[in-house]
Amino acid sequence: MREVWILAETKAGRVAPVSFELLAWARSLGSPEEISVAAVLPGPAADPEELCLHGADLVYHAADPALDGLAAAPVALVFGSLFARRRPEVLLAAATTTGRTLLPYLAAREGLGLTADCTELELERETGVLLQTRPAAGGNIMATIKTTRGLPQAATVRPRSRKPLARDPGRPVRVEMVALPAGAAAAAARGPRLVEELPFAESKGLADAPLVVAGGRGFKKKEGFALLEGLASRLGAEIGASREAVDRGWIEYPHQVGLSGRTIAPDFYLAFGISGAIQHLAGMQTAGTIVAVNADPDAPIFALSDLAVRGDLFDLLPRLAAALEDYRPAARS
Amino acid sequence: MKILVLVKQVPETDSLAIDPETGTVVRSEATSIVNPLDLYALEAALAIKDTRAEARITALSMGPPAAAVALKEAVAMGCDDAVLVTGREFAGADTWATARTLAAAIRRLGPFDLVFCGEKATDGDTGQVGPEVAAFLDLPVVTYAGAVELRDGPGGLVVRAERVSEDCGQIVECAAPLVLSFCKAVGEPRLPLLAGKKRAHDLAPRLLGLAELGLPAEEAGSRGSPTRVVRIASPRLTRETESLDARSEEGAEAACRRIVELLAEKGLVVPKDGAGREGRVKP
Repeated sequence: MREVWILAETKAGRVAPVSFELLAWARSLGSPEEISVAAVLPGPAADPEELCLHGADLVYHAADPALDGLAAAPVALVFGSLFARRRPEVLLAAATTTGRTLLPYLAAREGLGLTADCTELELERETGVLLQTRPAAGGNIMATIKTTRGLPQAATVRPRSRKPLARDPGRPVRVEMVALPAGAAAAAARGPRLVEELPFAESKGLADAPLVVAGGRGFKKKEGFALLEGLASRLGAEIGASREAVDRGWIEYPHQVGLSGRTIAPDFYLAFGISGAIQHLAGMQTAGTIVAVNADPDAPIFALSDLAVRGDLFDLLPRLAAALEDYRPAARS
Repeated sequence: MKILVLVKQVPETDSLAIDPETGTVVRSEATSIVNPLDLYALEAALAIKDTRAEARITALSMGPPAAAVALKEAVAMGCDDAVLVTGREFAGADTWATARTLAAAIRRLGPFDLVFCGEKATDGDTGQVGPEVAAFLDLPVVTYAGAVELRDGPGGLVVRAERVSEDCGQIVECAAPLVLSFCKAVGEPRLPLLAGKKRAHDLAPRLLGLAELGLPAEEAGSRGSPTRVVRIASPRLTRETESLDARSEEGAEAACRRIVELLAEKGLVVPKDGAGREGRVKP
């Protein structure tokens, strides 16, 4: 029996949904007879049992409030104390701002190899070797990476690259409380500590949005970009933007999609006036459905699109709004 | 006050294009630049120096001798000195070995009050080196930082930073020394001034090799890396594309109907109550 662990995250005092995606990844590596799955949950959370109902066999819950997801050192110490008892073959975290901070810190501490932002994982049945595949070189190649020494084999996986398993209320719940190890309180006190949260004015979470409408240089000026905002609110969509649009001050940086912004994989990406520089495409090419509207028939984004519409976005946006008159956004959780 | 900024030389990605026929990269003349996200780390450090004239900024890079060009740009922007870790033994390092080497160099050059880096490099795209360097140096780390403010607290220097997470901004505080990785929220990086360019022209970065770092050869470069690339494959970058010409009125109407149809197919929009089957597809 091989062991696979995931690093669960919390959001507003509950288990963050991205953790359920990690459990689906872990379960995909083998049958229940072949692998057991444990979730390590640092920080207070009201519903650790949800991890079991979504695929974990066991939850290690280190519920001390000193573990707020911000300070990396105390989380590394929690893992250190668990590793002293047993080391899993595989450790997965989400490639979120939290996972991409905590896991590298832990990897350096524990001498672990770490692969970032994987989109495919495969556990070799015979050897137990984890094949970690990720887009590299701006998304132009897929690189498969192996850990050559040390356990666990660690990787972060791209959010929204796998759907959570259906919640099964019949699954057994096993939650083991983990005490704060020696030194962790002091490490947490060194910081960083959260002083205040500032909700984004416009974006509720581009990274998690199932539907993203995005705009680029084709909007020509800031006033043009406002048309996109109208469509987004009609569709209940989040707004993405190319680097040009952000650099020109049409929209704020948290909306930027691409190598120097966010990498996203929504179910549906609807792009207007974005030609598709590599730096942008690398940030959205794994979207489920890609629809692009552009005046230039040679726009590189068309090669990546399921539907390529050659036309004038200023003409098409009002028409699209009219065509959507009889529709409303689907209810989403 | 001493600040160290990590700088990486990367290939310019904006000069690349995808061949729409084959879906492969057209590498016309890929030039090397300073990793664009490192410019925000440099800007954050230089902004501190604007108000605290005593601050000294060292730019540090690991790479081939040609990476000196990136360090010269950092000096042209206003860094005080530049150090390049270079040598055959460092080639092929993964993030673990890179961070191990950079941390050894920082120890050797330090101590520093602040260690800055970009959120990630646009070539490797991992964002792992910053937190890994922090772990090797046993320092706290703040990632995805925007603007920072410094304050002299009773126990020493305190950094207040705005951090950009997925769904909110966060004001965080941490006492120095610490590592910060910066994202674009820092604001526009400054351009090099003529005086800086002149200084950069005359400056040769200080070189550090394996011996100076006191690192065993088996802990650097590809030998020291716990990960290996075992396979490279071309992703299917192109999709089966349905193309519509929306330059005529009929074309535009048909394209919009098709977009709505796709949105409905994927369950992202549903017909409003009362909008029956007739309402779904307008004549």
